[in-house]
Amino acid sequence: MTNNAPSDLLLNMRNVEVEGFSDRGWQPIVKGVDLTLRRGEVLGLIGESGAGKSTLGKAAMGYVQPGCRISGGEILFDGMDLAKLSDAEKRKIWGRRMTYVAQSAAASFNPAHRLIEQTVRSTVRESVMPGGEARDDARGLYKALSLPDPDNIGDRFPHQVSGGQLQRVMTAMAMSPRPDVIIFDEPTTALDVTTQVEVLSAIRKIVRETGTAAIYITHDLAVVAQMADKIKVMRYGNEVEEAPAREMLNAPKEAYTKTLWSVRSLRAPEKPSAETLLSVEGVDAGYGGGTKVLHDVTIKLPRGRTVAVVGESGSGKSTTARVITGLLPPSKGSVQFEGQALPARMDQRSRDQLRRIQMIYQMADTAMNPRQTVGEIIGRPLEFYHGLRGREQETRVIELLEDIELDDTFYDRFPSELSGGQKQRICIARALAADPEIVLCDEVTSALDQIVQEGILRLLMRLQEERNISYLFITHDIATVEAIADEIVVMHQGKVVEQGDKQSILTPPHPDYTQLLLSSVPDMDPDWLNRRLAES
Amino acid sequence: MTETLTPPSPKDEVAFVRRRLTRSERIAKTLSGAPFTAKLGLLIIAFYLLAALFAPLLSPFGEAEIVGPPYAPWGGENLLGTDQIGRDIYSRLLYGARNTIGIALAATLLAFVIGVGLGLVAAIDRGWIDQILSRGIDVIMSIPSLIFALMLLTISGSSVWALIIIIAVLDSTRVFRLTRAVAVGVAVMDYVEAARLRGEGLGWTIRREVLPNIMPPLVAEFGLRFCFVFLTIAALSFLGVGIQPPNADWGTMVRETANLLQFARFDLTAGLTPMLPAACIALLTVAVNFVVDWFLNKTSGLRDDK
Repeated sequence: MTNNAPSDLLLNMRNVEVEGFSDRGWQPIVKGVDLTLRRGEVLGLIGESGAGKSTLGKAAMGYVQPGCRISGGEILFDGMDLAKLSDAEKRKIWGRRMTYVAQSAAASFNPAHRLIEQTVRSTVRESVMPGGEARDDARGLYKALSLPDPDNIGDRFPHQVSGGQLQRVMTAMAMSPRPDVIIFDEPTTALDVTTQVEVLSAIRKIVRETGTAAIYITHDLAVVAQMADKIKVMRYGNEVEEAPAREMLNAPKEAYTKTLWSVRSLRAPEKPSAETLLSVEGVDAGYGGGTKVLHDVTIKLPRGRTVAVVGESGSGKSTTARVITGLLPPSKGSVQFEGQALPARMDQRSRDQLRRIQMIYQMADTAMNPRQTVGEIIGRPLEFYHGLRGREQETRVIELLEDIELDDTFYDRFPSELSGGQKQRICIARALAADPEIVLCDEVTSALDQIVQEGILRLLMRLQEERNISYLFITHDIATVEAIADEIVVMHQGKVVEQGDKQSILTPPHPDYTQLLLSSVPDMDPDWLNRRLAES
Repeated sequence: MTETLTPPSPKDEVAFVRRRLTRSERIAKTLSGAPFTAKLGLLIIAFYLLAALFAPLLSPFGEAEIVGPPYAPWGGENLLGTDQIGRDIYSRLLYGARNTIGIALAATLLAFVIGVGLGLVAAIDRGWIDQILSRGIDVIMSIPSLIFALMLLTISGSSVWALIIIIAVLDSTRVFRLTRAVAVGVAVMDYVEAARLRGEGLGWTIRREVLPNIMPPLVAEFGLRFCFVFLTIAALSFLGVGIQPPNADWGTMVRETANLLQFARFDLTAGLTPMLPAACIALLTVAVNFVVDWFLNKTSGLRDDK
């Protein structure tokens, strides 16, 4: 991409400002950012949530969400200033020359129409190709995106294909009118690692082959390393730095970029083995009368250690946690706590048995009652398990808040007034309030940005050291596992593939499934995807 | 290159923090943002409540007092004339507000206590209790409620208490349906599961975890239900099984003075007399609906973002 001929310049955003309307009037979201995109070039936009990267990506199309406005700068696309065009004029560009791939494909398709009709709709409407030709072309795109049965998959409805497939169909939809620019807004964030690799390689292949320019928005550095020619880092609505991908990955200049990069280096110290605190013994379990989800699952959790349970979605990780908590009684096998079998059902367990096993959820948003303040949320288990009331309870809540690196100013806040990371910390404090021996962490960091993730992981590690808590850490993110786990359990289709300490699981030889899982995790190396594709 | 980086403190993470308003500030802020129709509705409701509360002070005559000749015209001693046996219409309108609104409010409240209570139990249980309650309520709902009420009132005889209880039970079916529907959505949230995992009892879970999160639709429904109950009472009274004479009631008043309609071509005000209680019913219904509409819009997040 060294050709700097002016005609090559497809998109030129200069000093773009976007504002959003809130209770306090118009607040800046993007504060004057420049962005250029040449024909055939892929730009990676990274940053934490709230950094303004999605807003900037949408502004590149001259689009802002309702309640926002472009308040300054110009967006030159092929000689037109999108910031000044009317909606009717912009609509001629959208879906034809600029297309958009959203994070949640499932929410972006109309469930009432067949996939192929939705794929070619704007292509046919804008008369790029006649209907029959566009459909043939769409089938070609499905094939190029390695969708199974490309000739017929388009006749299905959105609910009849998997999330990863739907995401690829959406990419085909974006490609169909042969646009000049595609905006990818976190297209793989909601997918499993194994699916993510397929979608990433499909997207990259087709973008390269057709020479389409793209803006790729993500918060995952390893993903951006595979996709982008150059990378722009955003924070608080400002550009932090921009550089060609390799240069940025090898030698970031700004301190903020370096913290982003350093997140992946977190490692738990090795600990000696310990006695088994909880064990799941040969458990079968299923929902309703019909399908069995768990098959003969056996997991051992030592005291004061972290056991990470990994696997893709549907592998039975969360179901295992439900069996341990007693929400889902097993049909065979048992859960042993300190050598004694726990009652299978939650309502048969004593209050003290309940107290010793606490749970932290993936979505901190839905794990806290939106109508209770932080003080009430953390205070309730203190009152319920330990009988603390009034002033005593308040003092203890504030101690717990300080334990999770917050302070008493949070006491009266409602969950809606907290950031994602703060919410998850409050959930941790609520679990700690019970003074538990085991904490089940169900994907607790997967909804968070990397820097916030690291903070949460550090906190969990510190608390483990101070209180000798055992964690059962359910995740699909191998980077998290490498950071925090002492032992690893690999699950696949409701069965345990292997369990062992971190070293032995992560070093070859692996069973086939573990191998697939590990090799699907992107590295920060820009050549990783090439290598992996060459291997398989 | 070896500069040390202090990790950012979680306290500084950006979050949406508002200054906490006191209750009175919050109410003032909400009211000032209300659209014109909602303010008008609130004003009318306030006016009705005052009339109902202070009926004995505001009315020149007693509720059942015969003060003049039957069908006296407007003006003079009887501001809005008299009815078929010579009772003052204006006084009876004020007392009617008292009776009708009072009974409607009591019946609606009772309907909500029954409907919300059972609805929450059904939503959290989702087992055989839910099945029994839901199917039983389907049976009650399958009978047209006005006819059902007429039938039950004929059996029980129409006392004020019978009226309140029968209307409340019949209306609680709708409240049950709504409560169950919204509570089912809340009952599957992680925070309800977290409360159950903690070992909390059913009562606490309902009261502290579920109920506060389903209040907005219930409050809106309360307004609408109140209107329907109010209309049902008026209809029953018009049919002669509602509030019994000599107590004043708007439904009964429409029926008793309906004859006057035919004299409208000689004296317009005579024709208007039966329309007055009907207008009272209509105006209150419209006013309550204005307020409910605003409230529903506000809580469902549908806003005019202009």
